[in-house]
Amino acid sequence: MSPLRSVPAGDPSPDREGDPTRLADLLVELLARSARGDEAAFAELYDATASRVHGLVLRVLRDLAQSEEVTQEVFLEVWRTASRFQQHRGSAVSWLLTMAHRRAVDRVRSAESASRNETTYHRQNPEVEHDATVEQVEASLEARRVHDALQALTDVQRQALELAYFGGYTHTEVARMLELPVGTAKTRIRDGLIRMRDAMGVAQ
Amino acid sequence: MNDTTNDLMNDGSIHALSGAYAVDALDDLDRLRFEAHLAGCADCRAEVQSLQEAAARLAETTAVAPPPALRDRVLADITRVRPLPPEEPARQPAPGVPGHLKPRRHWRMLAAAAAVLALVGIGTVATQPWDHGSSHGQLDVAARVLAAKDAQRFSSTLPGGAQATVVRSPSQGRAVILTRKMRPAPDGKVYELWLQAPSGRMLPAGLMRGGNREVLLRGDAATAKAVGITVEPAGGSAQPTSAPIALLGFDKASA
Repeated sequence: MSPLRSVPAGDPSPDREGDPTRLADLLVELLARSARGDEAAFAELYDATASRVHGLVLRVLRDLAQSEEVTQEVFLEVWRTASRFQQHRGSAVSWLLTMAHRRAVDRVRSAESASRNETTYHRQNPEVEHDATVEQVEASLEARRVHDALQALTDVQRQALELAYFGGYTHTEVARMLELPVGTAKTRIRDGLIRMRDAMGVAQ
Repeated sequence: MNDTTNDLMNDGSIHALSGAYAVDALDDLDRLRFEAHLAGCADCRAEVQSLQEAAARLAETTAVAPPPALRDRVLADITRVRPLPPEEPARQPAPGVPGHLKPRRHWRMLAAAAAVLALVGIGTVATQPWDHGSSHGQLDVAARVLAAKDAQRFSSTLPGGAQATVVRSPSQGRAVILTRKMRPAPDGKVYELWLQAPSGRMLPAGLMRGGNREVLLRGDAATAKAVGITVEPAGGSAQPTSAPIALLGFDKASA
């Protein structure tokens, strides 16, 4: 993370591509070494990505103890399956966060079906527990760019995307929550992501 | 049945599920079906990949450092787990897949089978499901049923909150049952699956344990009227010895 953090928050600078690219290459190399059993490389990979993994899992699950469990499971899975990462199929960080998100969502949904009432209450009454992260977030230029890209979405696109990604809701649940037809919710999630992708200059 | 099912089965907009898929906003069954679609749709694969990249950026806004003790636990964990070797770059046809199938079809089934594996929790990483080529005979059939254009879905909530979903494909003549959170059968007992013949007779269609399962039912599901689940003595019975805990009628298809 340090290459990102070292850049002050503020106007997006034209040379912003340099550091993230270097970080991306580093992660690929660390994954390759991890796949060969290099524990030191894995520790470095952990240090470079743990905040994003844990923060995402925590945002979805909201429960600190469960989030630590899931973060631990995710990294163990990363270690075990590092050889299965394929660079041409996307970035290392996306591979890792996709895995983390899937696990967090699986956990939140199985917790929900186990104790529907309690969890529903919890999820419908979100405490704002994330303020502590705001300063840290604003320190990252990348985070600022993401924030700006989110603000550029329509309200419905942003709400649908946030409910799906951070809330862990299915698109049919998102539709009910926003009182939209299911097909519309589905489209808004996709449109929102496409606009994010294009605004962020994500490689296609 | 819900709107999602109709979406998936009746209109051509399955491509538009790429966004919901990229942010894990599909339920298990829709996910399986979309993954079966993905395996045959390069455009959707590329789009999903780019949307997953975009979604991952969202995590930049939520970073929170985990406690240092977690790092210690993770680094201790990995000393006890052996990393998987790389997958073979060249894919050989898996055993059990008929050789005359067109590659694309074959590919679809492999991916769907891998998705089934992921669903039932055999440790497959499902983030790039089309990469996983493991497969065997029964799963191929199950995958064909799940990916069939005429697949119909029937769902039921069982006592205790467990979910059972039957997917039947008349063209394949088979049905697959997916269960979530079934309690284990009582000691010395087992869940037995039944296909109800047009005559009303219950024909044994296989045995199943509790938990989250995906089981291909034995027998002709095209003409059957219903799928039943009973609790039977270990080893199963030739005919039901107790009232069904679930009976999912095929007349109630809404797809």
